[in-house]
Amino acid sequence: MLQVAYALIPGILIFSWLFGWGVIINILLASVTALTTEALMLRLRQRPVKIFLSDGSALVTALLLGLALPPLAPWWLILLGTAFAIIFAKHIYGGLGFNPFNPAMIGYVMLLISFPLEMTRWPAPLSLSDAHLTLSQSFAYVFSGHLPAGIRLDALTMATPLDALKTNLGLNQTIQEITTRPIFGSIAGTGWQWLNIAFLAGGLWLIHKKIISWHVPAAMLGSLALISLLFYIINPATYSSPLFHLFSGAAILGAFFIATDPVSCATTPKGRIYFGIGVGILTYVIRNWGGYPDAIAFAVLLMNMAAPTIDHFTRPQVFGHGGK
Amino acid sequence: MEKSYHDINREGLWTNNVALVQVLGLCPLLAVTATTVNGLGLGIATTLTLVLSSLIVSLIRNLVKPEVRIPIFVMIIAAVVTAIELSMNAYFHELYMILGIFVPLIVTNCAILGRAEAFASKTTPDKAVLDALMMGLGFTAVLVVLGAMREIIGQGTLLADAHLMFGEVGRMLTITLIEDYRGFLLAMLPPGAFIGLGLLIALKNIIDIQKKKKATKEVAIESQLVPANL
Repeated sequence: MLQVAYALIPGILIFSWLFGWGVIINILLASVTALTTEALMLRLRQRPVKIFLSDGSALVTALLLGLALPPLAPWWLILLGTAFAIIFAKHIYGGLGFNPFNPAMIGYVMLLISFPLEMTRWPAPLSLSDAHLTLSQSFAYVFSGHLPAGIRLDALTMATPLDALKTNLGLNQTIQEITTRPIFGSIAGTGWQWLNIAFLAGGLWLIHKKIISWHVPAAMLGSLALISLLFYIINPATYSSPLFHLFSGAAILGAFFIATDPVSCATTPKGRIYFGIGVGILTYVIRNWGGYPDAIAFAVLLMNMAAPTIDHFTRPQVFGHGGK
Repeated sequence: MEKSYHDINREGLWTNNVALVQVLGLCPLLAVTATTVNGLGLGIATTLTLVLSSLIVSLIRNLVKPEVRIPIFVMIIAAVVTAIELSMNAYFHELYMILGIFVPLIVTNCAILGRAEAFASKTTPDKAVLDALMMGLGFTAVLVVLGAMREIIGQGTLLADAHLMFGEVGRMLTITLIEDYRGFLLAMLPPGAFIGLGLLIALKNIIDIQKKKKATKEVAIESQLVPANL
């Protein structure tokens, strides 16, 4: 599990380079909360604390959640989400290896449903905003909600590319009109595209190290690309390009780091391909026709629910049993 | 085997609690407990239904042929629920509007048919009524506690909209526990009800285990004392 954390490092560095100190604060807060809650729950359940704490699974949950939450989110949001993920999504079901759902995504969805305002207030990429917060100013904002004099909240925040796309499509603009805004950049959003490339690098390293298999990421990104290509060919004015879908939002992070969670994913190679295809298609469907701009969390949770069924139908034939 | 009044009380309120042990009547339990007052309202309506239907079922228990007992029980319950529904509409109109479909749906609450079938149809009216009352109070208690939990976490108040039930005096009963609370929507939504009920059942199990431990300890201490006295 720790190697998954290492693979996230390039993404974390690029993310904080693009969006400022808020990312690091998120990750720190989430990690401290996750490790504390994990230790408390292990004690409560009378399990050995040290062994389970050093397996790194709580840390990976914290990192994923820290990356998924908007930087500069208030401290209680991160605390609540991480604690909920560890307690309700992981330990209530029996701890590591028994959770049917991805804990980080449960925490994320709980927050998204309960606190839509805080969860959709994303800061602008630093290259696009005039106001920059120093480390101490970021800390002060996260913990007290006070911005330094002269900086207004509007100057710091900006709709994410997916969010801007969804809102403006609702106003009957075409993709070509919308994507002239500075937030969209050359492929899929200023900053966002580099972030996703960094996650891609980390993910490919994980596959190279054989920590994760190629099935889920390939199937998920492949199906997402195919279905978006299909609709893009039909009508490029209302459906954005496959590249945009792949490199914006959390598609790459989801494909390599979230959907591949060995506990909540399907287990057979064939099953993992079906699982990945399901996540890809659901992501596209919810992004285009659902109520939320990004959909990785919902898609992964829905497919988590389907994973036992997928496993049942893709069980490899045991030698000497059955057969045609 | 005849149950004593004491056993009936204990079973209804704790050891065989409708919501925590039998886990019956979940649909209204989960749907209306977003606030304390809603929970209390539905709890009282359900208790009334339970008491009246159990009384009638128990009174006619020797007249009903076993082959047709279920339709007859259902008709009695439906008649009682209709009467309660109409009177709620008349006297607690706003609360009735909030509880909506869940008042007529009390008919389908399996706890009521369950008590009629399993207990009231086999016993004398006094015990049937007491059993119904205790089962109903046990159910109401869970509704109120769950409603209070969800209300405090969800919107930071307690007994909000109490005037729907207690008239204008009720407005003073509302307690704002947390000023300027942002609200925690999950607690108000159905998942919050499931999680809350799960936590309540867990709490009950913890209390039972602690009680058992204490009891066995006392027995152990007593058995140790006996040889010492010899």
